[in-house]
Amino acid sequence: MRTNLRYRIFGILRRLLILLLVVWTVVSLVTLLIELVPGDPAVAVLGEQATPEQFAQFRQKHGLDRPPFFFSFPRDSNDERHFVWHGVDNRYTDYWRSLLSGDMGLSFRNDQPVISLILERYPATIELAILAMAIAILIAIPLGVIAGTNRGTLIDNFASVVALLGISLPSFVIGPMLVYIFAVKLGWLAPSGRFEWSDIILPAFTLGAALSAILTRMVRSSVIEELGEDYVRTARAKGLSERKVVYKHVLKNGLIPVVTILGLQLGVLLAGAIITEKIFGWPGLGLLLVEDGIGKRDYRVVQGCVLVISMTYIIANLLTDMVYKWLDPRIRVG
Amino acid sequence: MNRLTIIGLAIVTVLVIVALFAPWIANYDVGATDLSMRYLAPSSEHWFGTDSTGRDIFSRVVYGARISLQVGIIVVTVSAFIGTILGAIAGYYGGWVDRFVSGYVFNVFLAFPGLLLAIAMVAFLGAGLNKLILALCIIGWVGYARLIRGQVLKVREYDFVQAARALGASDARILLIHILPNAIQPLIVQASLGMAGAVLSEAALSFLGLGVPPPAPSWGVMIEEARDLSTLQAAPHALIFPGIAIALTVLAFNFIGDGLREYLDPRQRAR
Repeated sequence: MRTNLRYRIFGILRRLLILLLVVWTVVSLVTLLIELVPGDPAVAVLGEQATPEQFAQFRQKHGLDRPPFFFSFPRDSNDERHFVWHGVDNRYTDYWRSLLSGDMGLSFRNDQPVISLILERYPATIELAILAMAIAILIAIPLGVIAGTNRGTLIDNFASVVALLGISLPSFVIGPMLVYIFAVKLGWLAPSGRFEWSDIILPAFTLGAALSAILTRMVRSSVIEELGEDYVRTARAKGLSERKVVYKHVLKNGLIPVVTILGLQLGVLLAGAIITEKIFGWPGLGLLLVEDGIGKRDYRVVQGCVLVISMTYIIANLLTDMVYKWLDPRIRVG
Repeated sequence: MNRLTIIGLAIVTVLVIVALFAPWIANYDVGATDLSMRYLAPSSEHWFGTDSTGRDIFSRVVYGARISLQVGIIVVTVSAFIGTILGAIAGYYGGWVDRFVSGYVFNVFLAFPGLLLAIAMVAFLGAGLNKLILALCIIGWVGYARLIRGQVLKVREYDFVQAARALGASDARILLIHILPNAIQPLIVQASLGMAGAVLSEAALSFLGLGVPPPAPSWGVMIEEARDLSTLQAAPHALIFPGIAIALTVLAFNFIGDGLREYLDPRQRAR
């Protein structure tokens, strides 16, 4: 018992250490990626015509006048590169220091704190992702169960075709098609924006389409697999109705792998939201990243968005892992 | 081989022929704009109609196949190559090499959801075909590496590997001649699904304006140009045809991948 406990604590500590290492690397990558920008960010933002004073002021305000990292290889007067040590007082440690106090720097464009820009947009993205997931579950579970319990029938084939279409049609094709049908032709919904409650319907369907297709296939194969198990025979033998067998026994066990996929897919939805938000002008993190960040070369905003999206993803995966272990005691030891 | 795999192979064959012989198949110049010919419906002159600047959509879809397949083939080849080398080394040597690669490097790459890392890289590097390919390779190799690592871990315990080691074969010889040929089968499945993924990613990044810059006839660019409300109203076919092209391509590679997986793993056949 005691060795078992020690083993588990050691396991948790090891995973925590890896997690911290991963977070540290992700933040470092995002911080250092800005150094890859070809040319000078100050020129990209202010334009060639800006005066030297404006450049100097801009660089000073955003910390760009400071050395980029602990060391660098600047060119000297003979155009040769030399190793120079800058010490701990550099842009990289600056970014970490401010990040740990909840500050992600100022937008290059309008001097607003990046963190407040992100917090302003974050709820819209989460709202979209959660509704997309709800739509996907509502489509996939009934469709998957019906297909799995009626294997090889017309309904099963129909569900398979729908699922295949959902997987092959990317959101940037489905989205504009929905706009064409429901906004241009029928005039029922607005083509873009976030003003009325109904504005979320098209983006949520677009974002949820691929997930509902993946889930349908999973639920189907999971149901088929569970139907072959011994406990199903027992349940049937003791006279339970088929309905009870499927919905009380089979579904409960069959949903365990589905829960894992859902958790992992939450992060995929966050990334997918970048495209969906662009299609529908949905004012979330994705639109902030693509239009205000990348479109206007506001690299601080890009940094912040990438960081927040990947951290959300890491946390979602961690929670999924925990839920999965709690659901299925067989893998708790591992 | 099942029916869907054959359909997939047929579609891919057509695609490859179309891409190779694009100059002979396309009947109009892909860049030639003519505002008097804009928004034409599909006809015998313009099979897929024309877009908002009067360009022939059929010719653009045909040339788009070139971009998609080119990106797909390069990305899959390079990432499978890098992934196989790193995965094989991690799986074969184990120990701290494996702990570093599979415990740390894999997890770092898996910490970015989907396209986010590619979007971030292109955002900082600037848009363009080469940078897009580079970004997709950087996010792509991890999948192959994980797969090959798992396979090598399994195969290296087989008796013939022990026999080769007992006979004094070098590590390189064991890995290249004995282990890899027996570990590489699932890679074909992964590569086929990877083609679907690369075609989708190229279109997605181009759609976001981060891939192939317009006026190049990338399917993603065509969809982006076709989705403003006035074009949707006047010429929905400008959206539908490149959309069908993407869907068919992705579907075909998925069919082939699924079919190969079933073929290689008979336990899956029953399902």
